[in-house]
Amino acid sequence: MTTAQSFIVDRKSKFAQFWTLIKPLQTGLLLATGVAGYMSAHGTVDIPLLLVMSVSLFLSISGSTIMNMWHDHDIDAKMKRTQKRPAASGELTRAEVFNVGMAVTILGVGWAVAIDPLYGLVVFAGWFFDVVVYTLWLKRRTCWSILWGGISGAMPILAGRVLAVGGIEIIGLLLAGAVLFWIPTHTLTFSIKFFDDYNAAGVPTFPSTYGFDTTRAVIALSSIIAAACIGVAGVMIGVQAGILRLLVVLSSGLLLLSFATVFRPSERVNFSLFKYASLYMLISMILLSI
Amino acid sequence: MFQQLNCWNKHSAAMKMTSIDRLLLLLMGVLAGYQVAVGINGLGTVPITTYTIGFGALLVAGLLIIILGFEVLDSPIVVIVSTVIPLSISLGLVWEHLASYRTPYLLFTIIGFLAVIFTRSIPIKNRVRVPTIIIAVVHGIAGMTIFLLPSILAANGTMKPAFALVGLGGAMIGLGGLLLSFLKAGKPIVPRETILKILPGLLMLMTACFVAGFKLG
Repeated sequence: MTTAQSFIVDRKSKFAQFWTLIKPLQTGLLLATGVAGYMSAHGTVDIPLLLVMSVSLFLSISGSTIMNMWHDHDIDAKMKRTQKRPAASGELTRAEVFNVGMAVTILGVGWAVAIDPLYGLVVFAGWFFDVVVYTLWLKRRTCWSILWGGISGAMPILAGRVLAVGGIEIIGLLLAGAVLFWIPTHTLTFSIKFFDDYNAAGVPTFPSTYGFDTTRAVIALSSIIAAACIGVAGVMIGVQAGILRLLVVLSSGLLLLSFATVFRPSERVNFSLFKYASLYMLISMILLSI
Repeated sequence: MFQQLNCWNKHSAAMKMTSIDRLLLLLMGVLAGYQVAVGINGLGTVPITTYTIGFGALLVAGLLIIILGFEVLDSPIVVIVSTVIPLSISLGLVWEHLASYRTPYLLFTIIGFLAVIFTRSIPIKNRVRVPTIIIAVVHGIAGMTIFLLPSILAANGTMKPAFALVGLGGAMIGLGGLLLSFLKAGKPIVPRETILKILPGLLMLMTACFVAGFKLG
């Protein structure tokens, strides 16, 4: 292999490692909520604006995820599920991860501010809540840190809506509420499934603090609120009756599984709720954009 | 037809779902979603509600099978869902096309549904036979209604010929139920694995027939 070929292979390998650092699926889902927030205004779609919004949002979300990986490399190394992540396994040095994380963040948030100051502020708030409040401050201290992680996750959809309508209004807050209350359905289910992993790493979670029953009740309650937020937002946005019917059907599936986790708890029901909640959010976002 | 699957859930758990199966179930979900969102626009409140419940249950069931594989058929709620689908679709058809039978059929639907839940929830002396008989009667009437009513309406010219596709969809539910019933009786016409192999395709074709029948009929 020539030096040039070796260099290319090495770069590709580095890219693949950084790609895993941004959690592509999670970032993609959050980006989808941002796009849905913009499209939910149902105005004339400014394609170039939508594109630069998507890129700035993608970079900002990726930046916060990389910074999370940078700070939590020690926790990740203790958990079976995450110990192969490049920052935890040592494939990437901490300095590399920090530098790339900050560079991607500055690029993404800076671009967002340049597009629109209020939009940029909401995007920055998402980054700040995730990296500073959730990761650096609360994650190792209290299980309630997920609330702030949830607020952070709700920012992309609010940012998209803000960019489309020019301000923060009730529909934007409802959409943000839908994501905020969907996130516990997702993360708490995860914390039940990987209970031992989180315990081994010493990360406080709802199941370890309040027990499984309470956690399941919180999951069910948050699913109800998330579904209600999406439904009310859908009505206020003025989506067609057929789309609303479809939202009701999908929400019913979410509620059914949430109640199943409370009344017929099992690992399988848990896992199905976890998977269904992601699919539900993605489809709901698409439907609100139509 | 789902309820018969319960008896051989251990076999279904062992059966791995292929990408083609997932694709077929996804197509079924998309078609059912289309029917809920677009296909029933302009109908009365009751048919819209019943079709939304029926096709909505198909959609959610499809998504859950995709997520969890055939193991989801182990769940006791499958019996309830499998009852909701034919009951709600048949009620919608009767409400639309047999005005004089609306009230009796609505009563049958409510009583039938409650009877299925009741016989599945509480201990009964003859535990094995009573729930099976109840399900057979409820499914039988609902299935025959979905099969015969659209076929007759298409044949006598009341509806366009394509409306018979809805009846074909009903026949597919019946065919699936029949095959699975033989399995339950221990006299399978075709092996269990074959049934699970054709199940996603059968569900997709059935939904496609319903959607096409409603759209073109």
